Amino acid sequence: MKPAPFEYFAPTSVDEALANLAEYGYEAKVLAGGQSLIPMMNFRLAQPSVIVDINKITELAYIRENEEGGLRIGAMARHNQVEHNPLVAARAALITDAMPQIATVQVRSRGTFGGSIAHADPSAELAAVSVALDGSFLLRTQRGERWIPANEFFVGLFTSVLEPDELLLGANFPALPERTGCALVEVARRTHDFALVGVAAVVTLDRDDRCQRARLVFFSVGDGPVIAKQAADLLKGQELTLKSMRAAAETAAKLDIDPGSDIHASADYRRHLAGVLAYRALEKAFKRARGPG
Amino acid sequence: MPEDLDDWITSNNTPTSIHYPPFNSEMSMSHTIEIALTVNKIHYERRVEPRMLLSDFLRHELGLTGTHVGCEHGVCGACTILFDGQPVRSCLMFAVQADGHEILSIEGLGTPDNLHPLQQSFIEAHGVQCGFCTSGIILTLIPFLEGNPHPDEQEIRHAISGNICRCTGYQHIVDAVMLAAEKISVTQNGRILSEAKDLPPNYGS
Repeated sequence: MKPAPFEYFAPTSVDEALANLAEYGYEAKVLAGGQSLIPMMNFRLAQPSVIVDINKITELAYIRENEEGGLRIGAMARHNQVEHNPLVAARAALITDAMPQIATVQVRSRGTFGGSIAHADPSAELAAVSVALDGSFLLRTQRGERWIPANEFFVGLFTSVLEPDELLLGANFPALPERTGCALVEVARRTHDFALVGVAAVVTLDRDDRCQRARLVFFSVGDGPVIAKQAADLLKGQELTLKSMRAAAETAAKLDIDPGSDIHASADYRRHLAGVLAYRALEKAFKRARGPG
Repeated sequence: MPEDLDDWITSNNTPTSIHYPPFNSEMSMSHTIEIALTVNKIHYERRVEPRMLLSDFLRHELGLTGTHVGCEHGVCGACTILFDGQPVRSCLMFAVQADGHEILSIEGLGTPDNLHPLQQSFIEAHGVQCGFCTSGIILTLIPFLEGNPHPDEQEIRHAISGNICRCTGYQHIVDAVMLAAEKISVTQNGRILSEAKDLPPNYGS
C-alpha cells in the first residue's frame, strides 16, 4: 500500500523543528530514519497529517565525548555511523556490540539512534542498552528542555514520556567504571529480525574479582526494557562463578520477567531463552570486565 | 558515490521516462514539492507529492523499473539502491528526501555490453533465476565487496541477510559473489584494477 497524504516540513534547525512541532504536535510525526515509521505509513497503520522530517538537521548527527569522559550521541547519528565509530567502541562497547544485531545493513544505513529510542519498541536493542548503561536523553520543546534517565523514558508499548511538541535531541552515557564489562546477546528467528528475547549485561568487578555491580536488562519480554533487579541483587558482592551466574540467570528468567506468548514463541520458551541468554551475557561481560589477565 | 565505483556507473542506458499521468495539485490531495537529485549520474528536477516513495519515484517518474518493489515495508530488500553510496531500501524513503542526493540504481551499473564483474558473475554462476531479487542483492553487495574484497561464505550470507530470494536457495548467489571476488582485484585504496583471468569452466557446478 501507499502512505496517506500528509503535509511535509523539512526544517534545517532544531528551533525550526520545534516551531513545527509546537504548531502541529498532536497531528505530526517526526521523521528520523523512517525505518519503522514509513512501513507503518505504507500499511496505513500510521496516517499522520504532518511529517516533520529532521534529516536536514545535521547538527544532531554527532558522536562525541562528554565532559566526564563518557559519550554523547546525537539523535540523528545513523546506526552504521555509530556501529563503526571508534569512540563508541572505546566508551560504550555495549552499543557497538548491539549494532550488528539491529536490523539489516540497509536499515542501518538510514536508521538513527534517536529514532530507535523515540519509537520505544519493546524489542529495540538500543532501548535496553541505554537503560543498562544508565543513559539519559535530552528532550526539548519551545517551552524548555529536560534530561530524562533512560529507565524513566520508556513507559509502555511504543510509548515514552515524549510530549507531542517535544523533540529528542540526543543521548548521554556516563563513563563506565574501571573493570566493567558489557555484552548483548539475543535470539531472533533470522539474523536481522526482531529478537524473541535479548539481554544486555553490564558487570563491574571490585579488586578481588567480586561483583560490585551487575545489571541485566531484557528486551522483547515486556512492554519495554525490563531490568532484572532480583538477579542483580543476587550477584552483588558475589564471586562470579558458573554456579552464581547460573543462579542469577535462573532468577532473572523466573522472577524478574513476565514474557508473553505470540505466534513466534510461547511465554515458556521465551523464559527458557531468557535464562540461557542471561547466563551467556553475564559470562561474556564478566570475562570482559576481568580483562585478558 | 565512492570513486572506485565510478568506472562502472553509466548514464547512457537510462530508458525514457514512462509517463504515468503526471501528478498535479488539482489531482492530488496535497501539494507537490520541487526536488533536484542525481540518479545514475543524470541530474533530474521533478515535482513530487511528499508521500511518494522513492521506489515509486524511480519506477514511475523516471522509468527505472530495474528497482523492484516486493514487500513495500522493508523486509524483502528487492528495492535496495545506493543512496550516497550506502545501501538503503528505497521503499522506506520518500522521494522528497532524495533532494540534493545521489542515487545509483541497477540501470546505472555497467552496460549490457560491459557488465560489472559482479553482474557477470551472477550470470556465470547461475545466481539469477527469476531475477526479482537480483538488482537489490547486487546493489547491497557493491559496498560490501568494497569493504571486504575477499569475503568468506559466512560473511557473504550475512551480507545478504536483508535480501530475500525465493528461487535459488541462495547457494548460487553465494557462488556468484565468491566468483566476483576472484574476478575483482582490488588495490589497497579499493579501486578495481582489472578483471582477472578466465575461471575454470565448471566453476560452481
